[in-house]
Amino acid sequence: MLSDDAIRRIDREVTKYPADQKRSAVIAALAIAQDEHGGWLPAEAMDDVARHLGLPTVAVYEVASFYAMFELKPTGRFKLTLCTNLPCALQGATAAAAHLKHKLGIGFGETSGDGKFTLKEGECFGACGDAPVILVNNKRMASFMNPPQLDGLLDELSAAADRGEGAQTGNGQ
Amino acid sequence: MNAPAEFLDYGPDAVLLAGLNGRNWRLADYVERGGYEALKKIIAEKVPPADVVAEVKKSALRGRGGAGFPTGLKWSFMPRQFPGDKYLVCNSDEGEPGTFKDRDIMRYNPHSLFEGMAIAAYAMGCARGYNYVHGEVWDAYLRCEEAIEEAYAAGFLGDNILDSDFSFHLYNCHGYGAYICGEETALLESLEGKKGMPRFKPPFPASFGMYGKPTTINNTETFAAVPWIIRNGGEWFANLGLPNNGGTKIFSVSGDVARPGNYEIRLGTPFPKLLEMAGGVRNGRALKAVIPGGSSAPVLPGDAMMELTMDYDAIAKAGSMLGSGAVIVLDDSRCMVKSLLRLSYFYYEESCGQCTPCREGTGWLWRMVDRIEHGTGRPEDLDVLTSVADNIQGRTICALGDAAALPVKSFIKHFRAEFEHHIEHKHCLVPEYV
Repeated sequence: MLSDDAIRRIDREVTKYPADQKRSAVIAALAIAQDEHGGWLPAEAMDDVARHLGLPTVAVYEVASFYAMFELKPTGRFKLTLCTNLPCALQGATAAAAHLKHKLGIGFGETSGDGKFTLKEGECFGACGDAPVILVNNKRMASFMNPPQLDGLLDELSAAADRGEGAQTGNGQ
Repeated sequence: MNAPAEFLDYGPDAVLLAGLNGRNWRLADYVERGGYEALKKIIAEKVPPADVVAEVKKSALRGRGGAGFPTGLKWSFMPRQFPGDKYLVCNSDEGEPGTFKDRDIMRYNPHSLFEGMAIAAYAMGCARGYNYVHGEVWDAYLRCEEAIEEAYAAGFLGDNILDSDFSFHLYNCHGYGAYICGEETALLESLEGKKGMPRFKPPFPASFGMYGKPTTINNTETFAAVPWIIRNGGEWFANLGLPNNGGTKIFSVSGDVARPGNYEIRLGTPFPKLLEMAGGVRNGRALKAVIPGGSSAPVLPGDAMMELTMDYDAIAKAGSMLGSGAVIVLDDSRCMVKSLLRLSYFYYEESCGQCTPCREGTGWLWRMVDRIEHGTGRPEDLDVLTSVADNIQGRTICALGDAAALPVKSFIKHFRAEFEHHIEHKHCLVPEYV
């Protein structure tokens, strides 16, 4: 079930569109639902969004499966998406990817055994000047993530995960 | 990029980004810089909408999102007498590899975007507008959400703007990870809450756009230039650049330079000057190649690039595109096969799958470049690659197919020897990709 807070936030998105075009709010609604459901979208979360917006469930599923920042499987507490596209690769993203994989002992698309981290390969974030760039749980962009900075970020997030923070707390951070 | 300082250093000729320090993004700061004067002026003087369009035409402003289409002309396509709703959309879905300028406009000067959109809405009779922000730049979206509240509160947006009979409601919304939504009709589909699959054109958005209504879509930087054009005149703006290439342009410089970042220069500025602003080629290495307009633009050899000026016509004449102004610099340590491989994977990953030539062809391109890179390429592969690219280009609904084909063709055209070396010797011509 969507919380009252999630419904309030979704309804605010709905007001951005003409009254007969609630469907336009589906991406925003799914993003809110994903944050609320621990960083991914179980079928029930998508069904709740469909019901709330008055849409056929398939109209919601197809959107959730089309956009890369939606997760249809559980993730770790912190999803780290690293852009490895060419401009970033020229500015250290290849080394950053190797460092992350080594430190976490996982590859792209995998979650660490302790459930703290999921590693993803991303496509252009529109922030190439800050490369290497990492998105933490879709919302926080960490810039200039060369190995020393990566170590700091991983330490920070690992400690946060130990405190029970992260995607599963429901606010995405 | 542009590390925190007294003022962000976008270069001495900056107009759109002049005087920004990363903190002075609020309405009061913008007003202090002369912001909203242009909107006030057209409303107070009841300037006829057609005159606003004429001024933009005079400015020689061309679309900053990639296609470079004349903005005033695009605005004139909107049906004046259309009885129902008309929409205005800002394409802030900035995801062309190498491009990161719109993020700075949204984070550091969001009101310039809103003012530009309000003026455009006035000129075209749009009552509603949407600013569609790339999903990955959440900070920019939040900044726009905060700034737009200020604009409504001050009466620059909403009903009866500045007590006139002009009303314009603008909203920020966001994508969630799909390069294709930067294509304007895919963006419209996404705005309607659907998968971002481009529409067949015609009809063009000016006649059948958002919710099937007349719609004009411009890039963030394009809108942000409009207040300047109205405030100082189209001629003033045009004279900043070259004929047919009006104004300044923000270039996002990335790759092998000492200072990657955004630099705003007059259109027509020599490329070596821009390279110098970005600190030159990193580590004192030699310039090998430049992709002058985002990953979809054909690559050019470094020495050819050093002879060019940065404007739409000069770059087009040299066989590439100014595109979004994303300048990706590669030094002489870079393997062109490996570089192309990453770009080919990107187009394969981001093809929406609607058109067969693109859906299948991007996979072919990627797999063939991959096998060349990894030492299992065959001598005939280069011809097959070119043939596959030819069979994608021009045969798809949107430009993503062309965008996948052009890098392949240009990399092979200018750096064929490197590809042949890979195929023949099973390894790279240059030492190691770092």
